[in-house]
Amino acid sequence: MDATATKPALLEVRACRQAYHKESNADLVVLEDVNMSLQAGEIVGLLGRSGSGKSTLLRIVSGLLRPTSGEVLWRGAPVQGPAEGIAMVFQSFALFPWLTVQENVELGLEAQGVPREEREKRAEEAIDLIGLGGYESAYPKELSGGMRQRVGLARALVVHPGLLLMDEPFSALDVLTAETLRTDLIDLWMERKLPIESILMVTHNIEEAVLMCDRILVFASNPGRVASELRVPFRHPRNRLDPAFRQMVDDIYALMTRRAPKPVPSLQTLADRSGFATKLHHVSTNVLAGLIETLAAPPYDGRADLPALAASLQMEADELLPLGEALQILHFGELEEGDVRLNETGRTFALADTDTRKALFAAALRAHVPLVNVIRHTLEERWNHRAAAVRFRDELEDHMSPDWAEETLHAIISWGRYAELFSYDEESDQFILEDMDATA
Amino acid sequence: MSSTATTAGIAVRRLPNIWDVAALLCVVGALVAVASAARGTFVPLTALEQAAIGLDPWRLPEYALRTTMRMFAALAASLLFTFTFAPLAAKSRRAGLIMIPLLDILQSVPILGFLTFTTAFFMGLFPGRVLGLELAAIFAIFTSQAWNMAFSFYQSLTTIPGDLDEASRGFRLTGWQRFWRLEVPFAMPGLVWNTMLSMSAGWFFVVASEAITLGDNNWKLPGIGSYVALALEQKDIHAVFWAILAMLLVILVYDQLLFRPLVAWSAKFRFETTAGVTAEDPWMLALLRRTHVLRVAGEAMGQAFGTVTGLPWSLPKRATARPRARRRLGDIVFGAVVVAVVAWSVGKIVEYVAEALSWADLGTAMLLGAITLLRVAVLMVLAAAIWVPVGVWLGLRPAWARRVQPVAQFLAAFPANLLFPPFVVLIVAFRLTPDIWLTPLMVLGTQWYILFNVIAGAAAFPGDLREAAANFRVGGLLWWRRVILPGILPYFVTGAITASGGSWNAAIVAEVASWGDTRLAAHGLGAYIANATDAGNFHQVVLGVVVMSLYVLACNRLIWRPLYAYASRRATPG
Repeated sequence: MDATATKPALLEVRACRQAYHKESNADLVVLEDVNMSLQAGEIVGLLGRSGSGKSTLLRIVSGLLRPTSGEVLWRGAPVQGPAEGIAMVFQSFALFPWLTVQENVELGLEAQGVPREEREKRAEEAIDLIGLGGYESAYPKELSGGMRQRVGLARALVVHPGLLLMDEPFSALDVLTAETLRTDLIDLWMERKLPIESILMVTHNIEEAVLMCDRILVFASNPGRVASELRVPFRHPRNRLDPAFRQMVDDIYALMTRRAPKPVPSLQTLADRSGFATKLHHVSTNVLAGLIETLAAPPYDGRADLPALAASLQMEADELLPLGEALQILHFGELEEGDVRLNETGRTFALADTDTRKALFAAALRAHVPLVNVIRHTLEERWNHRAAAVRFRDELEDHMSPDWAEETLHAIISWGRYAELFSYDEESDQFILEDMDATA
Repeated sequence: MSSTATTAGIAVRRLPNIWDVAALLCVVGALVAVASAARGTFVPLTALEQAAIGLDPWRLPEYALRTTMRMFAALAASLLFTFTFAPLAAKSRRAGLIMIPLLDILQSVPILGFLTFTTAFFMGLFPGRVLGLELAAIFAIFTSQAWNMAFSFYQSLTTIPGDLDEASRGFRLTGWQRFWRLEVPFAMPGLVWNTMLSMSAGWFFVVASEAITLGDNNWKLPGIGSYVALALEQKDIHAVFWAILAMLLVILVYDQLLFRPLVAWSAKFRFETTAGVTAEDPWMLALLRRTHVLRVAGEAMGQAFGTVTGLPWSLPKRATARPRARRRLGDIVFGAVVVAVVAWSVGKIVEYVAEALSWADLGTAMLLGAITLLRVAVLMVLAAAIWVPVGVWLGLRPAWARRVQPVAQFLAAFPANLLFPPFVVLIVAFRLTPDIWLTPLMVLGTQWYILFNVIAGAAAFPGDLREAAANFRVGGLLWWRRVILPGILPYFVTGAITASGGSWNAAIVAEVASWGDTRLAAHGLGAYIANATDAGNFHQVVLGVVVMSLYVLACNRLIWRPLYAYASRRATPG
């Protein structure tokens, strides 16, 4: 492995930064100063929570997106746009529904101007390689999800790319299908049957990363950046039940739940106090209550190991972590070193009846989610107890991307409704304070 | 997740903005310019250049052919327009800013009112020749077809799924390849559907535009429209029925040979990733697919098409990131040009209208417009009261829906103005009040849009909701109010928009009718425009058309669009 370090890198990302320009405020930074390189013969995973910029980085590498600053070198030359020799596999498959399997696979070759006969020959080879023989004339909608992603893979492989990019390629598939596809891909890779030199994949599934990758870059959010880099020392085929494998998964969970150091700049904390700078994941209050109950009951009795909890709940890290974070934000519990722990309020919540739960939730929201207070105050001041949501959305968008603003507002609406702090009328896009004397 | 965002988006779009006003002014200005330029060209055509129209039924096949040829010439022009205008509007930020409101306005302008101007213009281009008249007729049909096709294509272009866009960029398709491999296929179902609607509108116009009166001059191009016009003059009701029969056959043939297969074929491009219920191939498509010779020919053509569209042509690349200052400069120049054109249009309109019209004329036109609006409103209510229950009944019975749906679509395609004469004969014979009895003619051809949309809506109504309603024994009025009406509302609104728009247009030919020397006229804006046209009073025509455009626009913006937004938001779960 050390020998590769002396070879020139296949791909090099230098000081890449991606930011969206905001008229009123400072730029929204999605990706901050990312440096990485990729050698021939390795599979590298970009692992992180949604919103940590890993997909953005993948798009920058592919040339689909230009970084705000910094550069990407592919075989030593700067990437200016979609580059030859880099092919991508999409999470949603991105197959053209009006083209057959064969035509979908030929698409990239056609764009290169490869003559028909050679095109057909190469497409057939790729289709056979990936286990789709016999399906050439089928349309994508006739295929199952796993088969569709095989078409996506064949389409990428047929152009003989030096680098294969995969954007959460298995996350839209069911567990069994995903596992089959992973092992098939790794087998082909180990047998050196794939016409590629390296793979860069985005995933939010920790086990998947440990199972497939030689190297894992763990991303952190706000702004998105590479938090740590891990080398996976196991040989293929890997065994998920191997204690060393489990330990590595545990360690990565711990890494991802480690408290970020408190942000230093005073300007940010000032904005934070008004509540407009905190991104919230929309987490259903039902699921949250369910998690609290599960944690409070045996065998966890208030404390659970995240990988074990994820396995028993059949959730992925990406689904479980926002829940844990919501617990933490509302001060019902804490995340630490790969564990989730319920505190006293959380235990009380677990045992309470519906009305008490709502009261507890309302108190927690008012104490720890400043934006809820802002909305509530605004409503109380208005003579008609109504306020347009667009105003809060706009203010949120000054501090985060429109998607995040939408998600955050969605969370606020849903939590506020549950706590009966205010209601929301979708028709007029307004928050409303109805006579909710019980909880006021 | 995005529901609240779309709400905001619609709310913003609902208000007519400055670009709409600019576009309206430009359109009217340009038309006025064309008209005033053409005014001096009313030289009488030497009538000998045209073969005289005869009422012999055996000449009808020839006339039908001529009429159909005009239709397809216009359709070709419309497709060309669609494939150039829409991509330009979608790909250039600045062009889109003015071109899209322009389309929106053009869709609402009753082009029938401008027939006189465009005829004068084309005859000015080819003085004393039939070509001018032919082109004028084709242009009239074109104006009834092009806008909604271009709009549909534009909408498809701007809603290309993000992952397919990334895939085609990632595999480095050139602009040409991308257009034919991604953009056109994605737009295909909407485009075919809109082409079908356009053809229906086109039949209406082709009939109206073949027999043209300009002041004292009267021309008839050989075609079904002229045949009917002559039959009306000569009070020959048999000839009218022969013409209706011929038209029925023509539409049946084109429907069966062209549109059924096209619609079935375009289903392949529908953007869905789950296998849906596949309807049986229409016989024509089955014939094409099963007949060996035809299939081989089709495959050869398909291969040639594939080769041409696969050619790696592309426009020379622009420098990707232009400095912001230069872009701003470009914006300023663009803005200045738009302002200049708008100012010129305003000047032209004011000058033209002020020549001969006073505020009182505007008042008259507005009042007449209100009368026509009342007519349209009453007709919509009546049509809804009749066709919604019928449509729901049919739609909930799949066996019936399958049989009736093609018939309703066929009826919508039939040019209703051919059906006017029998009604007029009845009105004349029984001395009925034109103000009331001419009114139903406006909705004669357009009511079917309501019917077939409601059928489609009822057929698509989720089975589990029906079962739930039955389980809770929801019946009677409550069932209509809480279950089925909200469920079909988006479909109904879609149909009603088309129907009411068509009715406004039909007003121009429906509020005035004649039978031999007897002339019937109702009070209304349509009659106002028609009378002004006959009298050669272009100032009044312009005024009437502008007022009608305003009414149509106001209806669309204040009633239909909010209603549609409301309906589609309410009827989609999640």
